[in-house]
Amino acid sequence: MEPFTTHTGVGVPLRRSNVDTDQIIPAVYLKRVTRTGFEDGLFAAWRSDEHFVLNREPYRAGSVLVAGPDFGTGSSREHAVWALSDYGFRVVVSARFADIFRGNAGKQGLVAAECEQSDVEQLWKLLETEPGTQVTVDLVEKTVSAKDFTARFFVDDYTRWRLLEGLDDISLTLRHEADIDAFEQARPNWKPVTTPIATP
Amino acid sequence: MGKTLAEKVWDQHVVRRGDGAEPDLLYIDLHLVHEVTSPQAFDGLRLAGRPVRRPDLTIATEDHNVPTIGIDLPIADPVSRTQVDTLRRNCAEFGVRLHPMGDVEQGIVHVVGPQLGLTQPGTTVVCGDSHTSTHGAFGALAFGIGTSEVEHVMATQTLPLRPFKTMAITVTGELRPGVTAKDVILAVIAKIGTGGGQGYVLEYRGPAIEKLSMEARMTVCNMSIEAGARAGMIAPDETTFEYLKGRPHAPQGADWDAAVASWRELRTDDDATFDAEVVVDAASLTPFVTWGTNPGQGLPLSATVPDPELIADENERVAAEKALAYMDLAPGTPLREIGVDTVFLGSCTNGRIEDLRAAADVIRGRRVAEGVRMLVVPGSMRVRAQAESEGLDAVFLAAGAEWRQAGCSMCLGMNPDQLAPGERSASTSNRNFEGRQGKGGRTHLVSPLVAAATAVRGTLSSPEDLSDDLVGAATSGDDRN
Repeated sequence: MEPFTTHTGVGVPLRRSNVDTDQIIPAVYLKRVTRTGFEDGLFAAWRSDEHFVLNREPYRAGSVLVAGPDFGTGSSREHAVWALSDYGFRVVVSARFADIFRGNAGKQGLVAAECEQSDVEQLWKLLETEPGTQVTVDLVEKTVSAKDFTARFFVDDYTRWRLLEGLDDISLTLRHEADIDAFEQARPNWKPVTTPIATP
Repeated sequence: MGKTLAEKVWDQHVVRRGDGAEPDLLYIDLHLVHEVTSPQAFDGLRLAGRPVRRPDLTIATEDHNVPTIGIDLPIADPVSRTQVDTLRRNCAEFGVRLHPMGDVEQGIVHVVGPQLGLTQPGTTVVCGDSHTSTHGAFGALAFGIGTSEVEHVMATQTLPLRPFKTMAITVTGELRPGVTAKDVILAVIAKIGTGGGQGYVLEYRGPAIEKLSMEARMTVCNMSIEAGARAGMIAPDETTFEYLKGRPHAPQGADWDAAVASWRELRTDDDATFDAEVVVDAASLTPFVTWGTNPGQGLPLSATVPDPELIADENERVAAEKALAYMDLAPGTPLREIGVDTVFLGSCTNGRIEDLRAAADVIRGRRVAEGVRMLVVPGSMRVRAQAESEGLDAVFLAAGAEWRQAGCSMCLGMNPDQLAPGERSASTSNRNFEGRQGKGGRTHLVSPLVAAATAVRGTLSSPEDLSDDLVGAATSGDDRN
């Protein structure tokens, strides 16, 4: 994972709440077995509308998405994060993220920046009155700013540290392999195993 | 101070306590795998030269992509076929047990785990699917994960996690006849909202929950994610033990006694406190249906389509306006007058044997309305076989419904079972998102009883709306007018 410290790019106002992962990427795009190339599925249904924000200049080249509350609800599909990243988004700003989406974003270097809804509203107004406004997201200072506007955002310390360092979880966990071995030794022997059993 | 059920299961699985900002490392007892969210995870292992650490705690099935007719033929869609073939290759290479399309144990991953007896009280269960919350019905801590986490569990059999907050959903009193677990959970979601459970594990409790069968408990826990909660749980009791006893992977003999003794401890202590509490009166509930495009947009079937102008909160008002435009509904329309093209009975929410029995009891001797198609899709091949042994297939076929093979089917637009643009369904599945059942499709979430009654009348209905329209008396097509 690439380390993330700060990012500056065109902000995109998405005035919708409950942007579920079926909207971010419909299931029909989940059939691929690769990890890249999901940008064509991003907001696929909405992008068929020429007035959709990502079909308009200069939002088309946006990299900071500013969305309504409850972003990323629904399915666990990490493809939602891949689609946003593959399109070019580095940050999503929202007042509330679904838990699984937030976790998935943190694993893939996409910053899920949680702001007050009032800050989201201000950003929306700014991005709509001055399309193409650059938004800067500073993960060190935990601030999102554009023109004269600056707001704090929340991201948990552990995710922030991993994003800043570009660390991947599996190698971090494997440092504790001895603890895992010890835990396995102590598990009750009646816990289920999936090894096939002759079925009638 | 006492602990909640969720805290007890959590504490039993901590491999290593995180210090400071670091999360706890939690051991995973059971990892369920399917074809959609696993290929990139297997690829990651391959690239890093890592094995699946515990293939004996891992099991795979094919469900999301599979067609539900013509399963003896190759999958027609080449992209779906590649994904299924990739799962088969990966499972063979990494030594993971797989139940492929056509196999006697194949089915939706959340139906297969419980029926094999793999889902047990006090276990931690994960799957790259948000409806993993289903397994919480057994008192397991079960939640959906993303593909990076799938790879993490494959490589380490653990997950780094921060403790959840806990929320009690207490359902008091007694459900009225014709009111089901689906109505309970739809009402809960409408009450707390699609974000109300975010960051929480929900524990469903109270007399109305204790009376539910295991199938009904699974329906409730299944939709916890629709309230934003990653997991929902119900304390195990005699109903749970009775369901598990004798299942292929349930403990046997002395192991059974040891397991049950341990499971009996899995109850929230009297002096434990929840971070939040919600109370629902079971007796106040009636059949519930959704009118909008998120599962929180639901109302009793007796209500009318809401008027967005009367909604005070601006975000909710805008969301309601967009939902009604997408759903092509006018404010004030009685929900009972909404006609449907398709009825879908199935999914990990309502594709188990009890659901099929309940719907069959309503539809027995009646006909599916003219111009309506009804798909009946068992959640697993075992459920299908059980239903056939009880003659339920004949009931559905005689009514004019389609009797299909097992899979996720019309719950999501990933396989051939989809709505056409503009088509409207009454569906026993879990999500009414825009395009969820096919691009442009419109979904009303309902219970199996409402699904069956709706199929007969052609408009959203409950069994009590059906009077003497048994076949032979009259054809039910007239009811559509």
